[in-house]
This record gives sequence, C-alpha cells and structure tokens, in this order.
Amino acid sequence: MTGEQRDTNLNSAAALDLLRAHRFQWYEILPWVIAIAVFFAFPGYRLLATQILVMIMFALSLDLIVGYAGIVSLGHTAFFGTGAYTAALLANNGWGEPLSALLAAAVMAAILGVVSGWIILRTHGLTLLMLTMALSIMLYELAKDLDVIKIGDEEVTFTGGFDGINFSNDAILGLFEFDAVWYSINYWYALVFLFAAFLVIRTIVHAPFGRALIGIRENVDRMHAIGSPVFRRKLVVYVISAAIAGVAGAIFVQVQGNITIGVYEFELAGNVLIMIILGGTGRLYGAFIGATVFTILENFTEHVLGTDPPYWELTVGLTLVLTVLFAPRGLLGIFESVLPSRSSNAPGGAPGRAA
Amino acid sequence: MEYAVNTATTILVFGIAYAMLLFIISVGLSITMGLMGFVNLAHGSFAMVGGYLTVKLVVPVGVPYLAALLIAFIAVALIGVIMELVLYRRLYNRPELDQVLLTIGIVFASVALVTFVWGNNPQNIQLPAWLRGDVDLGFKSIPIFRAFMIGAGAVIVAGLFYGLERTRIGAQIRAAVDNRRMAESCGINTGRLFTLTFALGSGMAAIGGGLGIQILGGLKPVFAFEYLVIFLIVVAVGGLGNIRGTFFAALLLGIIDFAGKYFLPEGGSFFIYLVTFVVLLWRPQGLFGKA
Repeated sequence: MTGEQRDTNLNSAAALDLLRAHRFQWYEILPWVIAIAVFFAFPGYRLLATQILVMIMFALSLDLIVGYAGIVSLGHTAFFGTGAYTAALLANNGWGEPLSALLAAAVMAAILGVVSGWIILRTHGLTLLMLTMALSIMLYELAKDLDVIKIGDEEVTFTGGFDGINFSNDAILGLFEFDAVWYSINYWYALVFLFAAFLVIRTIVHAPFGRALIGIRENVDRMHAIGSPVFRRKLVVYVISAAIAGVAGAIFVQVQGNITIGVYEFELAGNVLIMIILGGTGRLYGAFIGATVFTILENFTEHVLGTDPPYWELTVGLTLVLTVLFAPRGLLGIFESVLPSRSSNAPGGAPGRAA
Repeated sequence: MEYAVNTATTILVFGIAYAMLLFIISVGLSITMGLMGFVNLAHGSFAMVGGYLTVKLVVPVGVPYLAALLIAFIAVALIGVIMELVLYRRLYNRPELDQVLLTIGIVFASVALVTFVWGNNPQNIQLPAWLRGDVDLGFKSIPIFRAFMIGAGAVIVAGLFYGLERTRIGAQIRAAVDNRRMAESCGINTGRLFTLTFALGSGMAAIGGGLGIQILGGLKPVFAFEYLVIFLIVVAVGGLGNIRGTFFAALLLGIIDFAGKYFLPEGGSFFIYLVTFVVLLWRPQGLFGKA
C-alpha cells in the first residue's frame, strides 16, 4: 500500500467516524419531547420555561467557544446584551417586525464579535479573560450612560438605563401575536429558534471544523505545526458564537417586551458559564441540563428564601467550589461515569481531561 | 497658567494616590499569576474582606486606623494561607477553566457571607484626626489622606523592591517566576515559596481594601466583583509576574482613569478600557511582559 493510499483510507475512516458521531441517537429527541410536554403540562410556568429555553441557547453559544475551542470568556453578555438592545431599540423606535430584528441582532453581535475577537483572541489566559470582562463592562457603562439622549433641546429616553424600556413587537409573520399573559406564542418562538440554533451548533461540532477546534483546545502547538489556521478558526467560531448569543438576547427581550441593562451584567455572564459547567462543557446537552437545573433552582430558592440575604449566591459559590473539586466533568459527567458505555461518543470530553 | 498648574497638580496627586492603591492590591495577583500561572479571580475578595475587617475594628471596637490595617493584613494573610493549602494547591495543574470556576465560586460565596454578617449597606470610617484636612504645598493645598496614600504606597513599593532584589527569598521568587522547574532543580522549595507569596499578596490586598474605603466611596460586598476587572487590567497591562510592570501599569492607568473622570464626568470611565485595548493590541503580553 503506498503512502498516499493509506492517507486516503485514514481520511475516509476519520470521515466515517465523524458521520457516525453526527448521526442522531434515539435519546436526542427527549429534550424536545420534554419541552413540548412542559408547554401543556405547566401553563402557569411558561414565562420561566421560555427563559430557560433562551438560557439554553445562550449557554450553547458559550459552550461552543468554552467547551470546544477552549476560549474561556466571562463576558459573553457583551453579545447577548448587544443582540437584546438591537431588537429592543428597533422595536421601540418603530421597527416592530420581530424576525428582521433577530437578523439585525445577529449581525450586530457578529460585527462586535469580529472587532473584539480580532484583539481579544491574540491574547490568552488571564489577559483574554480580563478583556472579555472589560468588553461587557464597557457596554454596560455605555448602556447606562445612554439612558436618555438629547435630540435638539429635547431629552428622549433611549436605553432607559436601570429602569429599562417597555416595547411591543408586531405579530410574527403577521400571523402570530406575542402573548403577554400566557406566553404561548412566545414559548414556541423561543423553542423553534433554539432548535434551529442547536442544529447549527451540532453540525459545526461534528464537522471537521469542530474537530479542529477541539484540536486547538487540546494542543494548540500541534495544530500550528500541522498548518491549521488557528487564529482564523478561533475568530470564526467566536463570531458564530457571538451571533447566536445575540439572537438569544434578542429573543429574551422580545418575549418579555422589556429590557434593562441587566442583559449586560457581569453576574449573568458568570451564571451562564456556571450553567455549562454544571451540565458539563463540550458536550452540547450539558447546556440543556445546566441551564434548566440552574434557572429552576435559582427561581425556587429566591421564591422560598428571598434575595436578601443572598442564599442563592452562597449556594452557587459553594456548589462551584465543590463541583470543581469533586465533579470536574459536571452533572452529565457524573452520569457518564455511571454509564461508561456512551462516554466515548461524546465529542471530545471536558477540556484538558480527555485521556 | 495658575489654573493649568492647579489642575495638573490635582490630577497628579489624586491619580497617583489611586495608582498606589491599584498597585498595592494588584501586585499580589501579579506575582501569583507569574509564579504559578494561577488565575485567581478571588483576589478582590481578599481586598474586600480586608476593608471590612478594618471598618469593623475601627468603628465599633475603636482600634486605631493603622493598627486596624495591620491586623487586617495579618488576618487576611492567614486566611490566604489556609485557602492556598486547602483549595488553591489542588488546582495548580488543572486547566485554567477550573481555576476560574473555583475562584469565581469563592467570590460568590465571600460576597454572600459578608452580606450575611455585615449587611449590604455601604460602610465608611471616620479617619483619625491627623489624616483629615489638607496639607499646603505653597501653591496648592491637597488632602492629607491622599498624600498619606502616596507616602504609604512609596514605602510599600520600596520595601517590595528591596525584598525582591536584595534578599534571598526575593531572589528565589524571581528565579521561580523566571523558570519554576529550573528553580526546583536548584533545590528551591517552590511550594512553600508560593504559600508565602500568596499570604503576602492576600495581606497586601487587605491593606489596599482598608486604605481604599474612603477613596472608592464606601465599601460594599460587591466590591469583590466591581473592582476585579481593574485589578486584572493592571496585571495584564503590566505583564504577568512583573512587579516593575505592575507598578508602571498602575501609575499609567490610575492617572489616566482619574484624568478621564475629571475632564469627562460622563463617559470618562471608558478611557481606562480604551488604553487597555490599545496597549494589549500593541503588546499582547503586557508592557513589561515576556513575549
């Protein structure tokens, strides 16, 4: 067998492997069945359920860069918030059509992703982490400073700052009105876009591009050595992730009909990172489990015990410390170690811990 | 002319006082990063706890301000040793993400705990009489406390440089920052060295917290979050593990931040971020960092 033939065989074996991993498994329908069942079973909790769907989407976008490419960001709210403000400001200033607003949100977040990523991704470690935080804090300050703007002599509310703004959207496709009481259309709207985003992300991580990202995460020197365009790949995935986070942010405010500068808050960026850690990074469904468990527990705790004193923050803090020390692969990791048969199929495992 | 001199003096004095504060708090973080490559986001929590200890010693107990700072230094250094031995040590060889999560967890928990114990209201202290009022420079009078901060900062900077450049321990720390494996091969106990520097860095952060209560306009538990990014900026712009770099970065950023807020009260806080992005675009490893 000549070297060239062996290469082709190897390549096709690798391609088959990717195809096999990409094939849907029976259990992958479960989250969607549950999501549909929740709509009918708990009509009183649809707002919470819609928020969970949005958080899953946001967490998925973050998992794409943290779990797959190994870019640790504590400022992903920069994109979530930018998408949210794009949609909200369009709606509040006369452009109430929701789908085009989503597109605009994705574009704005992607542009921010290109510009910031071009600088941020040249650095690594603490510097990179700090720059992601700095970006979201800058935008937070900007949104705070632009609460009212002057047009001529008149002061007009713009972002509304801490108080935020309320706005309304047109019906989706002119047919489906957002429902501010029962959140019915709102729920389906979020679910459909979550599904679409999930398909995009699932395709990316099982494509050769996704494998290259895992390679960058695991051993960046080797990826340089085999001639992989590391910086470009990181930038591309960063921009894709930014766009998806922007869409999540836009949906988050569209379904509620209001926005505050909370969408840029550091705590939200921390929370969404915690969600994917809780579920397990680099494994897609980690985002589903983490976002759901986190949001439900947060709501439950704050309802029962209140927000002052902050029992929830204390619980989160201690849980994080314990998770890092004793369950570094998250909740899904615990299940996988109990059921070891499937774990080899997970695309890459948790960062730095792949055997 | 007189106006220009006045303005320049104000900006320099207030800016340098702020810079000293940034340096005192950030330098521990920088050494920790340089020595073990450990991303310690809980550093702001040490400063916050130090500030609270100072307030609670001065206000209800009546301990003199300087003694309270010293006690806060010792107490937080001890907390640092315990944390290092029990938690941080286990994660030196783990991925950066784990270190980020552990320390973020510590931040959340410490903010919540401090809120439990001391509540959410901003804390302030009455400075002792000899630190109140103004000192006359001839052409302009400046607040004594700012002058005191600059003096205290200068003493600490001089002490640190002397300790690092002229003592045996300092030489060992420099060696370990430079090349940890090589230092270990020479028989330097880097583990113990790290515990020591960690304690020192945490204690310095506590002093910074105690000194900063006034300048930062009252102390709240969320201090641990709010100023974290500024400390990280100082460390990154200066270059990880580089004390001289941290000092000049603190000076540059402290003065720019104060000047920005002075001339442009609305939007002036952007300057520090702008400078950060530009510096790191030009030198991603920081001003004095190794490439």
